Amino acid sequence: MLDSFMSYLGSTVTPGEANNQLWAMIYVLIIFAGVSVAVMAMNWLERKALAHFQVRLGPMRVGPHGLLQPIADAVKLLIKEDIIPAESDKFVFWIAPLIGLLASFTVYTVVPFGPSQAVSDMNIGILFMLGVSSLAVLGVVMAGWASNSHYPLIGALRSSAQMVSYEVAMGLAVVSAILMTSLHGAGLYGVAKLSDGTGTLSMIGIVQAQQEQQVWFLFKFFPLGLIAFVIFAIAMIAETNRAPFDLPEAESELTAGFHTEYSGLRWSLFMLAEYAAMIAVSSIAVTLWLGGWVRPFPHWLSGPTWDFIFALFPGLTFLGLGAIAFLGTVRMPKHAYFRVQTIGLAAFGAVLALIGVFLLAIVIGAKVSPHDILNRTTEGLSNVFWFVFKVAVFMYLYIWYRATWPRYRFDQLMRVGWKVMLPISLGVLIVTAIVGVLLG
Amino acid sequence: MTPVATPFFFYMLSGLAVAGGLLVVTRRNAVHSALSLIVTLLAVAGLYLMLYAPFVAGVQIIVYAGGIMVLFLFVIMLVSLERTIKERQFNRMWPVGLAASCALLALFLAVFEKGKKLFEDRPLPPLTENNNTQQIGLMLYGNYMFAFEIASLLLLVAILGAVIMAKKRI
Amino acid sequence: MNDRENAVSNLDLETPEKPYLDSNELIINMGPQHPATHGVLRVILKLDGEKVLGTECVIGYLHRGVEKIAENRTYTMFNPYVDRMDYVAAVSNGLGYCQAVEKLLNVEAPPRANYIRVILTELNRIASHQLWLGTHALDIGAMTPLFYTFRDREEILKIFEKYCGARLTTHAFRIGGCQYETYAGFEKDVKNFLTFVAPKIGEYEELLTTNRIWLERTKNVGVISGPDAIALGVTGPVLRASGVKWDIRKAQPYANYSQFDFEIPTGKNGDTYDRYLVRMEEMRQSLRIIEQAVNGIPEGPIMAKVPKVIKPAVGEIYHSIEAPKGELGYFIVSDGSTQPYRVRVRPPSFVNLQALDVMVRGMLVADVVAVIGTLDIVLGEVDR
Repeated sequence: MLDSFMSYLGSTVTPGEANNQLWAMIYVLIIFAGVSVAVMAMNWLERKALAHFQVRLGPMRVGPHGLLQPIADAVKLLIKEDIIPAESDKFVFWIAPLIGLLASFTVYTVVPFGPSQAVSDMNIGILFMLGVSSLAVLGVVMAGWASNSHYPLIGALRSSAQMVSYEVAMGLAVVSAILMTSLHGAGLYGVAKLSDGTGTLSMIGIVQAQQEQQVWFLFKFFPLGLIAFVIFAIAMIAETNRAPFDLPEAESELTAGFHTEYSGLRWSLFMLAEYAAMIAVSSIAVTLWLGGWVRPFPHWLSGPTWDFIFALFPGLTFLGLGAIAFLGTVRMPKHAYFRVQTIGLAAFGAVLALIGVFLLAIVIGAKVSPHDILNRTTEGLSNVFWFVFKVAVFMYLYIWYRATWPRYRFDQLMRVGWKVMLPISLGVLIVTAIVGVLLG
Repeated sequence: MTPVATPFFFYMLSGLAVAGGLLVVTRRNAVHSALSLIVTLLAVAGLYLMLYAPFVAGVQIIVYAGGIMVLFLFVIMLVSLERTIKERQFNRMWPVGLAASCALLALFLAVFEKGKKLFEDRPLPPLTENNNTQQIGLMLYGNYMFAFEIASLLLLVAILGAVIMAKKRI
Repeated sequence: MNDRENAVSNLDLETPEKPYLDSNELIINMGPQHPATHGVLRVILKLDGEKVLGTECVIGYLHRGVEKIAENRTYTMFNPYVDRMDYVAAVSNGLGYCQAVEKLLNVEAPPRANYIRVILTELNRIASHQLWLGTHALDIGAMTPLFYTFRDREEILKIFEKYCGARLTTHAFRIGGCQYETYAGFEKDVKNFLTFVAPKIGEYEELLTTNRIWLERTKNVGVISGPDAIALGVTGPVLRASGVKWDIRKAQPYANYSQFDFEIPTGKNGDTYDRYLVRMEEMRQSLRIIEQAVNGIPEGPIMAKVPKVIKPAVGEIYHSIEAPKGELGYFIVSDGSTQPYRVRVRPPSFVNLQALDVMVRGMLVADVVAVIGTLDIVLGEVDR
């Protein structure tokens, strides 16, 4: 048992390829737990960031600075009464959030956190992700139908029409990124061979192609990569029904759209599915255009010293977060009422700082006395950190968009999807292909 | 990639597909039929995977389960179907139907027996040079380019027809 | 100002728009409990798919019988009731009523009282427009301006509270003038407010005016032409955005507005975007008026010589002012006793609401919400 556990460490392929079921299971559990924690953190961040954008504070009572608010929300949702509308189709009502959840979580099978850290690197990775995330539409449609009331039905049909329309633009933008994987020239405009057909659909292969070509696909064939990225970034917001494309959930018009009739645990499943889908499409964007797990400037600032400096970032980030927590502790009002919160915040800051110190110790240890396990751990740490950091930037952008912009009316939304996004992404695709052939 | 537990997965996936198909035709509620059809299509995608055709499996999920079934569900939901729930599922001609399907089954078995010698009884070797996606790409845009263009023209005509029929004013 | 006589209206209020051949008319009910109808308003929409064929507003959910109450109260006792009609901008209501009764009594408020009245009324206009902006933007989906405008509105409410003790239903004026002297530091507070809020208005504009999504949601939405507006009796920023330059502060000046120098902003197309721009500019013009007023408050009494028991002579009077939402009019009939025989309030929101039907014909359901927001109605006024 132990050697089957250890047999996988140090392998250079994903557990799926190595046929290692135990490690695949472990990865699945880690991802499941990680995504759930990320969703809760995202919930907290959304409320806090939105509040700060709107000149208010957000949750402050439940735990210091509202850090325990997501737990309170989860508990509240779990103990709520489960209301099923009369005359509704009970089976479909029950299964709709499950389908949404399934679709949103299954895509994590191929999300790469490192060169061999994915549950399974399918050679149709990106196709699988696009396909399974399109199954979420079914969940939405069924939720609206099963609610047996016209507001949710209208909301569901609109929401699914929107998701399906923007999937087209998403797919075309993805294709132009895939085109770039079959090039081998390094740099912004380099292209060596195109017709060898060694392009790949696998997520790990795409990041490795960016590593080989020494440039993020965001900057490749500038501005083509950038335009494709922008199209995908806009389409992914519409795909996940977030502002400014959140008319189907708009309160002032349809009172929460397709999940109006869902309460308690069922609604929290929808929320979980929505945030998980957000993280999933952000990781597609990060993998395809932003270089995935590769640290910034791997070739421009290369060499062991630079590697070391960049490897310090995870530890420094946690230390920084711990410092912010300590700052918050210092600024807490000195009143008996706040004593528990102050202690809690200080403890939280201490935990963050300890994690930071631990990570720094690993990195510095690897530098001082290179050892196989330490080196590999540093590398793995660095990969996971940069990937999560880039996805976190996208999450923050999601919240920023929601705070700033009004929402599109439905016909304008569809017009943008079909008349603006689709032609531009087609054009980018064609021009990328032409440029690839011409420069080769 | 070495296959793992092949008989188990084959029987499970085919059982799912057949069960889904049975549920499609026996449910009263049209939405339940559509959901069962989704299960069948996903099981077939799994079968494609077992045949070392991951691209076809992926496309099956995207196009069939994610696109066509959404269309089906839209239509079912926009057309009010309360009447049909109360109708009988099987009408009085069911012996004729049974006889016809038995005849069809006999035909399939006869063809299978005749053609069994064409297929050797061994597992298919996986592709060695290119993987499935690249092979399909090379074939589709190389040898079968013309058929591809005709298919896309057909789709264009269908889209135009749908738009013209659905628009209220030209 | 002469557009009223020359107006030609193409309104055909009798025949609704003909539905399409195979249309599926749907009657949807919005409200009275609805997050976007700004109070208890029920709008029955007749839809063809998503297009609106016609609307019908059902009001009266907030009817409190204010006009009937007036018949059983003395003139002074009725004064606090008028604040509760347009509760968002209570000071204007009080101004209109007090001036109407003063006209009946043939007294004039002293100059100092007029200056105080103008300052408070214009502050009230800015507060009302800020609330309008916050809720309108929220209806269209921009959540953030709501918080910014409410934060800035706090400063005005603080001034009101320091002046008369109440933030919302101020009862600031009395028949014949003002009861309260300005408190120590009033001018300083108002001047500080002027410097505080001018950049804030710029902040709101920065978020919305050139935002493409805002433009798409508000341009050519809810268009009403000038003649149509005049035919329906619409007043206020809605009328001015349709191109008609009619403001009672300039046309029939009351208090001492004729002494101040300010512009009347007008729009061109009469769509939601123009109404937005007109109200933003009105806020700036109010700042101008306040600045001129606060720099020249004369000394003197704040209350005219009004008898203790107000018993106007038999007669009737109609007096209207430019409230933030439009022309607010008071028609008071006196039969010589201490209680009025009839007080009829002409609320601007009530008349403007009738334009909703005309404005949303042919628009989509999401636009109905935007148009209700842009009309700036307060149900307290509509129902009284």
